Amino acid sequence: MSWAEIIRTGLEAVRSHRLRSGLTMLGILIGVAAVILTVWLGEGAQDKVRGQINALGSNLLIVAPGSTTTNGVRGGFGSASTLTRADADALTSHVVAPDIRAVAPTTSRSAALTAGSSSWTASVVGTMPGWLSVRARAIGTGRFISGEDVADHAAVTVLAATTAEELFGARDPVGQSVTVSGVPMTVIGTLTAAGSSASTNEDGQAIVPITTAADRITGGASRDSVQNIYLEATSGHTLSAAYREADYELLARHRITTPTAADFSITSQQSILSTATSVDRTLTVLLAGVAGISLLVGGIGVMNIMLVSVTERIREIGLRKALGASPRVIRRQFLVEASVLGLAGGLLGTALGLAGAAILPSLISDPISISPTATVGSIVIAVAIGVVFGVYPATRAARLAPIEALRSD
Amino acid sequence: MTPTDSTSTEPTPNDSTPNEAGAGASATVIELTDVRKTYRSGLFKVAALRGVGLSIEEGEYVAITGPSGSGKSTLMHILGCLDVPTSGLYRLAGEDVGGMSEDQLAEVRNRRIGFVFQQFNLLPSMTAWRNVELPLCYAGGPRAQRRQRAIDALADVGLADRVEHRPAELSDGQQQRVAVARALVTNPSLILTDGPTGNLDSASTADVLGLFRRLHDVGRTIVLITHEAEVAAAADRVLQVRDGVVTADSGPAAALRTVRT
Ligand SMILES: Nc1ncnc2c1ncn2[C@@H]1O[C@H](COP(=O)(O)OP(=O)(O)OP(=O)(O)O)[C@@H](O)[C@H]1O
Ligand SMILES: [Mg+2]
Repeated sequence: MSWAEIIRTGLEAVRSHRLRSGLTMLGILIGVAAVILTVWLGEGAQDKVRGQINALGSNLLIVAPGSTTTNGVRGGFGSASTLTRADADALTSHVVAPDIRAVAPTTSRSAALTAGSSSWTASVVGTMPGWLSVRARAIGTGRFISGEDVADHAAVTVLAATTAEELFGARDPVGQSVTVSGVPMTVIGTLTAAGSSASTNEDGQAIVPITTAADRITGGASRDSVQNIYLEATSGHTLSAAYREADYELLARHRITTPTAADFSITSQQSILSTATSVDRTLTVLLAGVAGISLLVGGIGVMNIMLVSVTERIREIGLRKALGASPRVIRRQFLVEASVLGLAGGLLGTALGLAGAAILPSLISDPISISPTATVGSIVIAVAIGVVFGVYPATRAARLAPIEALRSD
Repeated sequence: MTPTDSTSTEPTPNDSTPNEAGAGASATVIELTDVRKTYRSGLFKVAALRGVGLSIEEGEYVAITGPSGSGKSTLMHILGCLDVPTSGLYRLAGEDVGGMSEDQLAEVRNRRIGFVFQQFNLLPSMTAWRNVELPLCYAGGPRAQRRQRAIDALADVGLADRVEHRPAELSDGQQQRVAVARALVTNPSLILTDGPTGNLDSASTADVLGLFRRLHDVGRTIVLITHEAEVAAAADRVLQVRDGVVTADSGPAAALRTVRT
């Protein structure tokens, strides 16, 4: 008997027991839908984190202040800012750090902005012209802070998209005046939106020259200190060279001889990315494991139903054998039935997964990334489950003696 | 299809019955020599057949009869290659069946034997012609041709107008006729039937027996198992089985009496 014939017979058997076939498929269907949805959700979450971290800027290094050692007592991490504007200036030198393209020291605090009758609490970032490139942001209208603005301690500000919108609505803010923490400033430009993958507060910023921020907004005793220094390497390949240059220069400037005693830390965007995504990946594997178990349960369902089917169809099997079906043909017929159930369950499960992918994001506000690999993979697994769990029932069917089968009433 | 060596007279089933060629020249379809069958179930041993020897020629119409439990069905299973004897020799159309593998036995059942069961054993989800086609499916061959042969076989048993009916839409007698069509569609050497009329009323019984008579008239070899004397009387030769042995045989000569009109 040809394979085409066997497949036709198998399909016919599946079709003639609609309810039972449907219930069997249901097990596989739910398993497949669960597996692909978790994998898709996991991949979506990874994409999101990757997007957020990439939105920080490309080839980015972040220098953060570390613990200080005062009178031999080591303070807590971040207890005081050990980084200064002078440190940042030193890193702009192409002699000291040839692999660093741009440097942006930042200070940041939240402050109230008012323009006319509108007000908005923004994260006010004091920085230098390099920030725009380092953080991969773009000017919408007007211009960004210039070196002269920094030198002059100019009372100027650049508003991020949401800030501009909240204060000025649809009007063009450029040239308007706004008070920042009670200090009147002129708006010289606006930033475009940071993009959907960035965290939302990126668009709620107001950028001012770092000198102006130190004088009039942040205040405090150490007006030279900065919260972070953002560095942009010249390319992805020079990232580690840029890291070493910054590390070496800052250790020297801080007069620290043992690198382990450093009062600052440098993280790369790459390392943040890999920790963040590996955490996500672990979670995805775990969830997919749980979903996989439901797929396994579906497979056992297939086996159970196929065994029932063999018992119930003893007469049919006996008849087929009497009419000339060899054990091999009978085994194949039952295997085909099981894998048809698996395949149909897999396809329907994928359809359910797609439906879920269409509905879920609006319910849980998490992104879903429909990956073809996960989809094809779980259909293949569904068929494999049909085959694997069909082998035992099929073998039993094939082994039935024709008379035993025909005798049963 | 000639089941034996080519030295014997070429049978021409469409024009003349092979038995007209005379007993000496006709081929032996079934040859049993001291066949025994013992069932073992736990501690008990049941000797269902205790040394059966018989020989059936091509074109014969034989009834095997005997009381319940005498071993008729056991014999039929062995004749039909559905079961193997515990000891003894069985030659079907000249071939020793004893040494065959499962696959070879399946092929022998498919090509050499047509079964008609008491319970019809039609597949309820399939139409009449698909049921009749079933043995052809296992034999292989182009679909269109299989369908045509199935429809022709149904026409042979007088069911040309029931081709697309499912078993549930047919009377018992009609269902048994579909089963007969299925048994003869492969052109088997032997048609084996165990109690084909057991589930039928007298009209349908006469119907089915008429069918067997007609098949016999065109040269088919038929072995009919029954415990009803009237049914056995329809055959040309009657074998009596009792306690697992053949106790009476009206003899192959009976076959020679058959004259076609
Ligand atoms: N599978 C089996 N296991 C054990 N004993 C069996 C088996 N099949 C048949 N027998 C026994 O073998 C003997 C012959 O049985 P068989 O079915 O051949 O009788 P039968 O002549 O066909 O009877 P009936 O006319 O009632 O159909 C009986 O005694 C029966 O109990
Ligand atoms: Mg019986």
